[in-house]
Amino acid sequence: MKHLLKNREVLLVVIIAVMIALFATRAPGFAGPKNLANIFNDTSILIILALGQMTVILTKSIDLSVAANLAFTGMAVAMLNAAYPALPLVLILGVAIGMGAALGAINGYLVWALGIPPIVVTLGTLTIYRGMAFVLSGGSWINAHQMTPTFLNTPRTMLLGLPVLGWVAILIVALMVFVLSRTGFGRATYASGGNPVAATYAGIDVGRTKFYAFVLSGALAGLSGYLWVSRYAVAYVDIAAGFELDSVAACVIGGISIAGGIGSVGGAVLGALFLGVIKNALPVIGISPFAQMAISGLVIILAVIFNARAERNRGRMILRAHSKAEGGA
Amino acid sequence: MTTALRQPAVDMAAPRLEMRGISKIFPGIKALDRVNIALKAGEVTALIGENGAGKSTLVKILTGIYQPDEGEILLDSQPVTFTNAQGAIDAGVTAIHQETVLFDDLTVGENIYLGHAPRTRFGLIDWKTMNTKAASLLQALETEIDPAMRLRDLSIAQRHLVAIARALSVESGIVIMDEPTAALSRKEIDDLFRIVTRLKAQGKAILFISHKFDEVYEIAENYVVFRDGQSVGAGQLADAGQNEIVRLMVGRDVAKAFPKVDVAIGRPVLTVENYCHETEYRDISFDLRRGEILGLYGLIGAGRSEICQSLFGISRPSSGRLTMDGKDLSIRSSADAIAAGIVYVPEERGRHGVALPMPIFQNMSLPSLSRTSRSGFLRAAEELKLSRTYAERLDLRAAALSVPVGTLSGGNQQKVVIGKWLATRPKVIILDEPTKGIDIGSKAAVHGFISELAAEGLSIIMISSELPEILGMSDRVLVMHEGLSAGLFERDQLNAETLVRAATGNMQGQE
Repeated sequence: MKHLLKNREVLLVVIIAVMIALFATRAPGFAGPKNLANIFNDTSILIILALGQMTVILTKSIDLSVAANLAFTGMAVAMLNAAYPALPLVLILGVAIGMGAALGAINGYLVWALGIPPIVVTLGTLTIYRGMAFVLSGGSWINAHQMTPTFLNTPRTMLLGLPVLGWVAILIVALMVFVLSRTGFGRATYASGGNPVAATYAGIDVGRTKFYAFVLSGALAGLSGYLWVSRYAVAYVDIAAGFELDSVAACVIGGISIAGGIGSVGGAVLGALFLGVIKNALPVIGISPFAQMAISGLVIILAVIFNARAERNRGRMILRAHSKAEGGA
Repeated sequence: MTTALRQPAVDMAAPRLEMRGISKIFPGIKALDRVNIALKAGEVTALIGENGAGKSTLVKILTGIYQPDEGEILLDSQPVTFTNAQGAIDAGVTAIHQETVLFDDLTVGENIYLGHAPRTRFGLIDWKTMNTKAASLLQALETEIDPAMRLRDLSIAQRHLVAIARALSVESGIVIMDEPTAALSRKEIDDLFRIVTRLKAQGKAILFISHKFDEVYEIAENYVVFRDGQSVGAGQLADAGQNEIVRLMVGRDVAKAFPKVDVAIGRPVLTVENYCHETEYRDISFDLRRGEILGLYGLIGAGRSEICQSLFGISRPSSGRLTMDGKDLSIRSSADAIAAGIVYVPEERGRHGVALPMPIFQNMSLPSLSRTSRSGFLRAAEELKLSRTYAERLDLRAAALSVPVGTLSGGNQQKVVIGKWLATRPKVIILDEPTKGIDIGSKAAVHGFISELAAEGLSIIMISSELPEILGMSDRVLVMHEGLSAGLFERDQLNAETLVRAATGNMQGQE
């Protein structure tokens, strides 16, 4: 099998490696294991969100409310922790995931039962959830000193050279690989996005599949809410503002087709890491913070252009693959 | 018959438009084979033929969408070539399509003048002129539609008038009407015919495509009959009886080319009683027996697919009873139908059949996942085993079962779809136009395969618009006409003319 660069995941790995090598020439130590672990840890939340986003995108939908969900849930668990310091962390985690899932279920219900386009639904709930975070907190901040040490420190605990936050991301990645490849729901997401009509004819409830995808995305956003608040040791209304777009960008860079039905966990993770490397590198190599956003955006567009070209190539490859189809498997 | 409208004055004149020896070849299919057609000014020529006889291809050539591979088009005796749709419009050929291509959210005026709107000095749309001109066009059609209205707010019939106005908004001498009455009520048809009569009086040459004999005799002077891409007859309707035209339409030796194997027909498997739907069909009853191939014949839009989609749980009947093996069956979703052993192989296999980005084996196992998985978890090895069985049986050619279906040829994609449904081990299989758009060689293979399935004891409902296929393959045929049953015919009663007559709602028989 000499696919090499044809495989998008391999290609992304190569690009990321080249980027790291280039940055390392400007900033010694950039490619060191400690810094790489740090970058991965920094990108963990984006990876988790991108995996939820990817599931939704696979079904031909989009979830713009993930960051607002994160902010609302993060605020809720931070306040819960401040008000009842005795509550065990497990319960807090349960609340975060459950609440996130419930918010996701609202999106999913509106898409499924009322047939409203996902972009409209989640654009609406984006504002609502962020507004709810404001209502809940009254606009005030929850600071580090109001949170319990367990709440704050658990994700930072080092385990085999990587903080628990990073391990959580790895766990979620493994879980998502399993869900998407080994469960009926996973198969249904690909089928629903790949060809909704064929999926319906094959006995799959496309609406219900979308609903579950939104619930999953919401649950992961809720989990990210806790992780974000504890990592940055502060909760306020505007945390993770605009982060939903990063999650979409990670998916697009990772080759998840916005038209649905195409994409892999590996792609989404690499897409997120790609963004993570750039975000970490730009300050290190001394690019002005004002230019950083513009450069990030430029890189995303380049990746999308590349993506579009790759999809076109795949279309053309039909003939080649067909004429080569003499060999067995 | 209203042939008295004919105007002998132009009879002697050369045709306004003439097509000579026109051929059009698609990969594997000769859609048109040296056809000839002549349209005279001030007359209506009816183009008659079965589905797939080449009528639409002809329309597409006349409107510049396709270019002929052979032959010439003469406009007023001058050879012309239409390199694209605009070329045809510029030459004064305009078409009113069966499914009107209009924009719901634009105004009536915009719809009529889209693409050739009058402009002001500054190159902007001249709304005032546009609406005035649109209003006068609509007035000429004896209708009071306000050009400023949004199309969305119009009735189906009014939309049709807008489509006609759009066709007439360009200076045209030749008007093609492609099954214009398909969606219209009797009164609206009368209105349409008044318009046609007026267009005739203006000296336009009209090509009128219709399935319905009564309409053809009412409005047309001349006829051309197409069969299998050839023009097999032409002349004046006044000299031709209906039976003669039916014979021209279907005239051929059927039943021989089809490998229908006689199978011992068993007891009834599926019984449909008084199935009704609010808008699509009414009072449909039939039973389907073990090993039987039940043909479902009718014109496009007769409700055949709709009733089958209800059997498969895609839509629900408003009333009626369904029993399988003597037990009541309630089907609320396609998952229910699959579980009960009913599968539906849809017509547009690309659109309804497969998820192109997904690997072959995942497509094939999709409706059978409950069988290949254990305690809710998928097992790829089982899925591969299942798909390998059917891939071998169907002689599926692919580099590997893990390649996306999108990389396969059309014929192999078809096999994936069929394999996918056979893998569910169905009792009843509904095939919607199983050979539409495939070449003759593959057709025979598909027919052989259908026979094989029946021989194995499957019961088959075969929806088809191709008469030879229906006649050659069916044990019995249910004919539908406009959502109603137009007769259930046993194999020994089957003949082309009876079926065509039933399907066109023309039961009176001989003239």
